[in-house]
Amino acid sequence: MFGLHKMTMQSLKTASVVVVATAGLVLGASAVQAAGGSGVPLKTVKWSFNGPMGTYDRAQVQRGYQVYSEVCAACHSLKYVRFGNLPDIGFSEDQAKAVAAEYEAEDGPNDDGEMFMRPARLSDTLPSPFANDKAARASNNGALPPDLSLMAKARVGGSDYLYSLLTGYSDAPEGHEVAEGMSYNAWFPGTQIAMAPPLSDDGVEYVDGTAATADQQAKDVSAFLMWAAEPKLEDRHRTGLKTMIFLIILTFLFWLVKRRVWKDAH
Amino acid sequence: MSNPGVTNQVMQWVETRLPIFSFINHSVGSEYPAPRNLNYWWSLGSIAGVALVLQIVTGIVLAMHYVPHSTMAFESVEHIMRDVNYGWMLRYMHANGASLFFVAVYIHMFRGLYFGSYKAPRELLWWFGILIFLAMMATAFMGYVLPWGQMSFWGATVITNMFTAIPIVGEAITTWLWGGYSVGGPTLQRFFSLHYLLPFVIFALVFVHLWALHTSKSNNPLGIEVKGPKDTLPFHPYYTTKDLFGFGIFFIILAYWVFFNPNYMGHPDNYIPANPLVTPPHIVPEWYFLPFYAILRAVPDKLGGVALMFGAILILFVIPWLDTSRVRAATFRPVYKGFFWIFVLNGLVLGWVGANPPEGAFILIGQIGTAYYFAHFLLVMPIVGWLEKPKPLPDSIAAAVLGDDAAKEAK
Repeated sequence: MFGLHKMTMQSLKTASVVVVATAGLVLGASAVQAAGGSGVPLKTVKWSFNGPMGTYDRAQVQRGYQVYSEVCAACHSLKYVRFGNLPDIGFSEDQAKAVAAEYEAEDGPNDDGEMFMRPARLSDTLPSPFANDKAARASNNGALPPDLSLMAKARVGGSDYLYSLLTGYSDAPEGHEVAEGMSYNAWFPGTQIAMAPPLSDDGVEYVDGTAATADQQAKDVSAFLMWAAEPKLEDRHRTGLKTMIFLIILTFLFWLVKRRVWKDAH
Repeated sequence: MSNPGVTNQVMQWVETRLPIFSFINHSVGSEYPAPRNLNYWWSLGSIAGVALVLQIVTGIVLAMHYVPHSTMAFESVEHIMRDVNYGWMLRYMHANGASLFFVAVYIHMFRGLYFGSYKAPRELLWWFGILIFLAMMATAFMGYVLPWGQMSFWGATVITNMFTAIPIVGEAITTWLWGGYSVGGPTLQRFFSLHYLLPFVIFALVFVHLWALHTSKSNNPLGIEVKGPKDTLPFHPYYTTKDLFGFGIFFIILAYWVFFNPNYMGHPDNYIPANPLVTPPHIVPEWYFLPFYAILRAVPDKLGGVALMFGAILILFVIPWLDTSRVRAATFRPVYKGFFWIFVLNGLVLGWVGANPPEGAFILIGQIGTAYYFAHFLLVMPIVGWLEKPKPLPDSIAAAVLGDDAAKEAK
């Protein structure tokens, strides 16, 4: 009995070492990622979707959609989001249909072999502002405005990074050359960004009456882009909670069975 | 042909024609004697098996929706994430399941190293384990290429470029592997094909691994051979229930990553579509390759780095003969035990170096770590085994676990 106890302690000790070791490897890997970008610490926001049971703040994400469609959409596409996804952030289906109908989508060919334009439907993705990357560069001083569908997952820091970047414009520090047509932004890798400061106080007029400061717009559109990048987050969190409860009970039962079976072995 | 466990008439009918029930019983049932002192470290083998099955099942379903084409792969992954029912769950299970598969296998390997499970008569068992590890590395590497993001593309470029280090024929071999003059569409398509094939090769290797295991039987935390029936317990129900509990823990850990932190072990750059014209500032492989990545970059010579990296794995094949100690378990080896933990720590340091750009102090630390990695096998194992005075071993497993009296009484 004593020998067994000693052995169990031993394995527990070793177990903790291995767990720590594995965690160390994982943390080491992510430390590298955090050091990417420009190296300036990100401004952190208490997002409603943070944490294991986080959800999207519908009103905020809707405001963010308004900022996207009135400001960002002039240059940035959002090609993985469909009008039919808008009900997920609290729009009614009729509202989503009405939004879609404001846009046109190419369809065809028809019976005469011609492509034609028709009002967009729920199954259409949000229209891209430019026909292709070359056209986008031609209109933007040679720079390519990236698609924003996954932007909140494609940068270290996610929505914190987007918020930091959007509120990060300032005059360049003394002796810092900024090239023609570029802006200084301490959070952008290399600190020179081709995108002029996109947000200004009252640049949009919020439908819900919220004061549209540039800071508020930056927060809202960052939250919206997180939703665009990870639309299943709420579903994931809910399923996760149920799965965890189930697994913990099941594992506890397994443990009871194991203990019962082993009772007479020692 | 008779099996006392099979009483049902239908089962008996099958049993006399194909003795499947007695086969199962002899493999994982009451007819398979396992040492009675196996601790939870011995659960990691079957947990790795569960992880393999999980990868195959989720992978087969993902392959129904994924498109292995350079212009459609990235989009098809987003299609899985957004439009396929529970596609996000399948993909996150597959991506995080791969990481946990490696966690399980690494713990399994370190357990083998600590308790001397590679020593006679288990050398071939150990060899097939290394082959499984190699096949896993190839599978995981090619799987990471499939989403065709920036890290997929550039990771593939860095790793396949290793083959250009081979003298004379290196360039030709690399072109042949790529199916072109750089990583591109043909590379993606063959990687998909091989990524689908290799798990079944691993499955076959696991089968041989288990065959060897059932021949030599499990090692155990004391590292001494089973001497009689008192030293063993039937695998079922003792270890089936113990492993089941281990599976529960495994799935709880997996669920945490899948549902609450699914992108942590990935790299943000892989959510940017592959672009051959833009090199990411810092190309890193998945975390489970980082120590080997550090060894690859330890020497300034390309061929030397590649040779060291493959050598780091191949050297595992000869450790049954490099280790000169007649005692298996490090528990009874006071000197070697310390060296074992230094080796583990050294592996972590190499991982940390692999995660960082090869500049400044990281170069020197990486070189020292690499040198120590090989020194552990080539110097520590033979010399310590020679000089060390091991602690006395218990008479038998039963004596150690049940106490001397109980063991005698049982005789």
